Amino acid sequence: MSHLLSIITFLPLVGALLILAIRGSSGTVARNARWIALAFTVADFALTVVLWAKFDGSTAQFQFVEHAAWLTNGISYHMGVDGISMLFVVLTGLLMPFCILASWESIETRVAEYMVAFLVLETLMMGVFTALDLFLFYLFFEGGLIPMFLIIGVWGGKRRVYASYKFFLYTLLGSVLMLLAILAMYLITGTTDIETIIDTAHFSPALQGWMWLAFFASFAVKMPMWPVHTWLPDAHVEAPTAGSVILAGILLKMGGYGFLRFSLPMFASASVSFAPLVFVLSIVAIIATSLIALAQEDMKKLIAYSSVAHMGFVTMGIFSLTHQGIEGGIYQMLSHGIVSGALFLCVGVVYDRMHTREIAAYGGLVKRMPLYAACFMVFTLANVGLPGTGGFVGEFLTMLGAFIHNTWIAIFAATGTILSAAYALYLYRRVIFGELVKPALQTIKDLSLREFAILAPLVVITIVMGVYPKPIFDVTSASVANLLAQNRAALAYDHAPPKLAISPSVRPSRRADVRLPDASVQPGHGELLGGIAITSVNGAP
Amino acid sequence: MNIQHDLYVLLPELVLAIGAMVLLLVGAVRGDRSAKTLTILSVILIAVSAYLSMTIPDGTAFSGAFVMDSFARFNKAVILWSSAACMLMAHRFFDLERTARFELPVLMVLASLGMTLMVSASNFIALYMGLELQSLALYVLAAFNRDSVRSSEAGLKYFLLGSLSSGMMLYGISMIYGFTGSLDFHVVARVLAPGVQTGQLIGLIFGLVFLLAGLAFKISAVPFHMWTPDVYEGAPTPITAYLATASKVASLAMVVRAVVVPFPSVFHQWQQIVVAISALSMALGAFAAIGQTNIKRLMAYSSIGHMGYALLGLAAGSQLGIRAVLFYLAFYSFTNIGVFACIQAMRRAGRAVEGIADLAGMARTQPALAFALSALMLSLAGLPPVAGIVAKALVFLAALDAHLYALAIFGVLTSVVGAYYYLRIVKVMYFDEAAAPFDRTMGWSVAAIAGIATVLTFAFVVRIGVLYDTADFAARNLLK
Repeated sequence: MSHLLSIITFLPLVGALLILAIRGSSGTVARNARWIALAFTVADFALTVVLWAKFDGSTAQFQFVEHAAWLTNGISYHMGVDGISMLFVVLTGLLMPFCILASWESIETRVAEYMVAFLVLETLMMGVFTALDLFLFYLFFEGGLIPMFLIIGVWGGKRRVYASYKFFLYTLLGSVLMLLAILAMYLITGTTDIETIIDTAHFSPALQGWMWLAFFASFAVKMPMWPVHTWLPDAHVEAPTAGSVILAGILLKMGGYGFLRFSLPMFASASVSFAPLVFVLSIVAIIATSLIALAQEDMKKLIAYSSVAHMGFVTMGIFSLTHQGIEGGIYQMLSHGIVSGALFLCVGVVYDRMHTREIAAYGGLVKRMPLYAACFMVFTLANVGLPGTGGFVGEFLTMLGAFIHNTWIAIFAATGTILSAAYALYLYRRVIFGELVKPALQTIKDLSLREFAILAPLVVITIVMGVYPKPIFDVTSASVANLLAQNRAALAYDHAPPKLAISPSVRPSRRADVRLPDASVQPGHGELLGGIAITSVNGAP
Repeated sequence: MNIQHDLYVLLPELVLAIGAMVLLLVGAVRGDRSAKTLTILSVILIAVSAYLSMTIPDGTAFSGAFVMDSFARFNKAVILWSSAACMLMAHRFFDLERTARFELPVLMVLASLGMTLMVSASNFIALYMGLELQSLALYVLAAFNRDSVRSSEAGLKYFLLGSLSSGMMLYGISMIYGFTGSLDFHVVARVLAPGVQTGQLIGLIFGLVFLLAGLAFKISAVPFHMWTPDVYEGAPTPITAYLATASKVASLAMVVRAVVVPFPSVFHQWQQIVVAISALSMALGAFAAIGQTNIKRLMAYSSIGHMGYALLGLAAGSQLGIRAVLFYLAFYSFTNIGVFACIQAMRRAGRAVEGIADLAGMARTQPALAFALSALMLSLAGLPPVAGIVAKALVFLAALDAHLYALAIFGVLTSVVGAYYYLRIVKVMYFDEAAAPFDRTMGWSVAAIAGIATVLTFAFVVRIGVLYDTADFAARNLLK
């Protein structure tokens, strides 16, 4: 199936059009819209599983590549995935059905439009991770703002208008600068093809600096990094549960994905010279937002701030430019996508019952909701980064990467882990433990079957990711090694440009051939923490 | 060249000119009840003229005063499509207002004739004649709702400030003539080619400044924009649409030809002026629109901003830049036509309403219309996945290519500010509680126009090849 990626990307759009075609009484429309949305997201998820099954983890080449003429010479419809992007496609596919299910009863007004917005959003998110053309990427990346704007603004809480504007304009401001950088790259290289630019294009160090900053403006807001994170708590608090899940689960990952796909391989020396800036911002994010999270009275806001802190680990790992750090960053993004999504779903469960997110309004829930307390506990511990949960692997590897790069960074980051334990467990204690004294909580019901069906798979995935990370490293390892090789080759070029360069803007391919003979015989890959043993691939700096 | 050849090149314009006279006679004989027939006939006239414009080969007429080339052809296509759409909208509008009169289609045909002459003019006198023909017809059209104070005021304001700017422009043209000895674009370019002497330069710059000031008025670029919001608000909606699309396209295309062809040797002098008015227009268009409550006033500021973006392409002065201007104009005109078709559908209890607040909750009462208007607004804001982003990207590409980095960054930042007020329309329609629904009196023609514009907004992104190539070819041709 050579068009698998296009089908995965545009299948939800077909579902959206189908929903628009429904006619009948509002009750019928709502019921059909829910079922169609569920069917299409599940089908799309099944296709992403097929994608994973067919994916060849031993090569760093782009796979499932599609190419078609589009706007003009140099701007084409080019799709493909490698080890870095493939798992984000799967993550998007995985979270969407849960989002639809989580909105099954809580969304009562304008159901059809809601489902259409989510399906369109899924198409655009899939496109972000599969596009291999800068302009195509930009269309998907920016286009995703519009459905999210509507989701927050139409189905959000009290301050939804403020939050949706803030979300939109913050992100747009970063993105338009990226657009200028993309255009500049097109002017220099004559193409916006990501693969061609990575392989052949070279930008002068000064220009790299500007372009890196332009891309950084976009991804730092999206990530979000301190100090441009302030849109996130507002957006999370006002968004409906499923909107928060998508925001935390997928949209935030686009920033990290962007750093990996663009900043590191295309602007290698700028990435190195700006790395200290990223480290400082990451450390501040890890420590400061964790402290802010401690003081929150609103459950969603607390989780939102913890997301900023966790994304700090990701940027730190990515810019450590070590194999462990980058793999850890990817792993952290994947596990955070599931864990934070699940935490928002947990908040949604009690919010649907009590219609408040005030932490003070709860307490002693374990007495009435033991099942809920158990699920919530797993996700809380994963959020803390307890060994045995998905959160641990990523945090550990990013800190290891930072440690290799610079001990002090790792030390500061490690304090963040302690703080995360503090705010997460403090939240858990206040909501779940204690005496069940609030009269309103006396009759609260435990998880319904639908809610259990949403949370149980996520519990399983969280634990599996904690004890058996190999399937994920099998996918990412070769691509990350290749990414680092590209980065190093570009650095070497910057420091010693060959005297016989044919043209200043074109140089021989630097796509390193890191085709591994067989993933299973790669050293250290069968072990519990695949990342540790990969040091040999990375080598001494 | 002999007269037959001249007339042959001029055939598309002759069709319009003679047709307008015939229509006028028919109208004079049969009176206002012939308005519908005349509208249909004038749309047919426009179509014939458009067909002829597309098929007649390149050539010049009247000693080079009139030129038919791919640049003119591209703009005529855009102008004539906009004119036809506005005629259909106008007929529906005045039909509902019960003030349909036969002069309307005739005046619109005459204005269209002026516009096609403007984009083909290769001589300052020809340019002025086309411009005045267009302007005179538009003054009357702006005041066409003669029982309305606002409409009359709009017409008068437009007329007074328009005449002033025409005067300034004529003065500039006379200075240019005085210092170069010719009115023909190509001759002026040839005279200036060997190098401009110091004394000549001062006179030329004065001439250029006056010329550009007059032209800037026509495209409502800051600081000559003051008339725009009042005229847009006061004129009947379809006439506003006409002013905002066909007239803007013709005027800007004329500006492009009138500076790029005769003045390549003083490029740096006029580039400074264009950079300044482009930056000011983008900024004013973005900030002044935020506080508007009337949607037609909002569109006036929006059009000021868009002229700023289009001028960014002209400031680059390169083939990339002119291609960007042409592409931008095409995108801008069909998007705006769609927006005004939607605005025209805003009627409650038989009366037109224009407040942004009147759109409240339209997503629930008229989802299709709300979707169309949102898509068009987001396209104007330059957001993917709709057409605006491609047009904006081309403009910024040209600016970066011409090393206008600061202006390009300024442009993208103002586009973020601009996104705020376009989003506000979407917000009002989707987030707010529903107001009473609008009358279902849109009419099939207006609905079709809005529908076509919306479909094109999306189709543009999927497939722009033809338009892109034509614009590219036209730009190369102009700079040849």
